[in-house]
Amino acid sequence: MTAAAVLAASSAESTTTSVVFWVLAVVSVGAALGMILSPRAVHCAVLLAVVMLSFAVLYLTAGAPFLAAVQIIVYTGAVLMLFLFVLMIVGVSAADSLRETIRGQRLWAGLAAIALLVLLALTIGHATIGPAAPASLRYGAGNVKSIAVLIFTRYFFPFEVTSALLITAALGAMVLAHRERLTPKPTQRELSRLRIAGAHPTPLPGPGTYARHNAVDFPALLPDGSPAELSVSPIISGRPGAREAVSEALREAAGALPAGPGSPAHPPGPVAPDGEGTDSSGQEAPPS
Amino acid sequence: MSPGHYVALAVILFVIGAVGVLVRRNALVIFMCIELMLNAVNLAFVGFARMHGQVDGQVAAFFVMVVAAAEVVVGLAILMAIFRARRSASVDDANLLKY
Repeated sequence: MTAAAVLAASSAESTTTSVVFWVLAVVSVGAALGMILSPRAVHCAVLLAVVMLSFAVLYLTAGAPFLAAVQIIVYTGAVLMLFLFVLMIVGVSAADSLRETIRGQRLWAGLAAIALLVLLALTIGHATIGPAAPASLRYGAGNVKSIAVLIFTRYFFPFEVTSALLITAALGAMVLAHRERLTPKPTQRELSRLRIAGAHPTPLPGPGTYARHNAVDFPALLPDGSPAELSVSPIISGRPGAREAVSEALREAAGALPAGPGSPAHPPGPVAPDGEGTDSSGQEAPPS
Repeated sequence: MSPGHYVALAVILFVIGAVGVLVRRNALVIFMCIELMLNAVNLAFVGFARMHGQVDGQVAAFFVMVVAAAEVVVGLAILMAIFRARRSASVDDANLLKY
C-alpha cells in the first residue's frame, strides 16, 4: 500500500488527498473485514461506524461536503444509533454462533464472492473511467447550492415521493413495533399487594454496598460479611463472560469466611420465589 | 485521486458486504452488511459524479441515503417483532414458512 501511495502521490493529484484516500481505504476495508468476521454484534456496529466515518471523509476528498455531513448525521448519528438501540433490546448476549449450519455455506459464499468480484472488476475494467473533472465551485463552496438546485428542479418529483416514503416508513415502524396489551395494566394497589405477598417486600440490595468496590457486578456484603448474591442483577451474573467475574468477586468478598450459600442468582422482583429464605437486604436481619 | 480509485474501493466494500450477508446468521449483522453495500454504492456514485463534473451522482447518493434510512427503520421494526415472537435474532430460527 505504501508503494501505491507513493505512486499516487507522485501524480499530478495533491499529495494530501492521496494519502488520506489510501489510509482511509485501508482502514475502511479492514473495518469491513472485521465486521463480517467478529462474532459479537456490538463489535460489528462499532466497526460499521468506523467504515461510515471514513466514508464521510472520503466524500470530502471527492468534493461532496454536503454528502459528508449527511453521512455523519444520518448514518453515523441516526442509523447506527438505531442499530445500537435494537441491539441492546434484542440482547447483547445474542452472540452469533460462527458454526456453519448449512453444509458448505462458507465455501459457496466465498466462491460467489469471488465470482462477484471478478464480474465487477471485469465490468469496471472494461468501462472507461476518465480522470476527475477540473475542480469547480460545484465541489467546494457551491456544493450545497448546486445540489439544492438539482433537487428542486430536475429531481423535484422523486424528492416529493421521498416524503411519502418516509411517512410510510414511520407508520410501518409504529405499526410493527406496537404491541397490543393482552392483560389489563396492574394498578398501584395490585402491585403493592404483590410486593407484600412476595418474598421481598423491601427493595433488593444494591450491588457493592459495604463491599470493597461498588461495581455493578460486585455483590453487596451482608452484616456478617457474607456476600449477597441477590444484589447482583441476574442479567449481569447470567452473562457468559461475567459469570466467572461474579463468582470470583463472590469468593473475594467472602474472603476467609466459609463458603457462602451457593444458591443461584434469583430474578429480582416482588414475586421472586426465595427458596433459601435468606434475607439479604443489606442492613436488615442477618441470614441464619 | 482519480474516480477509478473510488470505484475500486466501492467494489471491494460491496463484495465484503455481500459476503457478510451470505455468511452471517444474526439478522442485525445482516442488516449492517446491507448498509455497508449501500454505502459502497454511494461511494461509487460520488466517484462517478466527480468524473463527470456534475452533482447528479451526489443527488442520487442522497436519495439512496434516504431510502436506506427508511429501510433500516422498517427492517429493525420487523426484527423487533420477530424477536418478540421467537426470542431470537438468528435468521435460522425464522423458518416457519420453510416446511
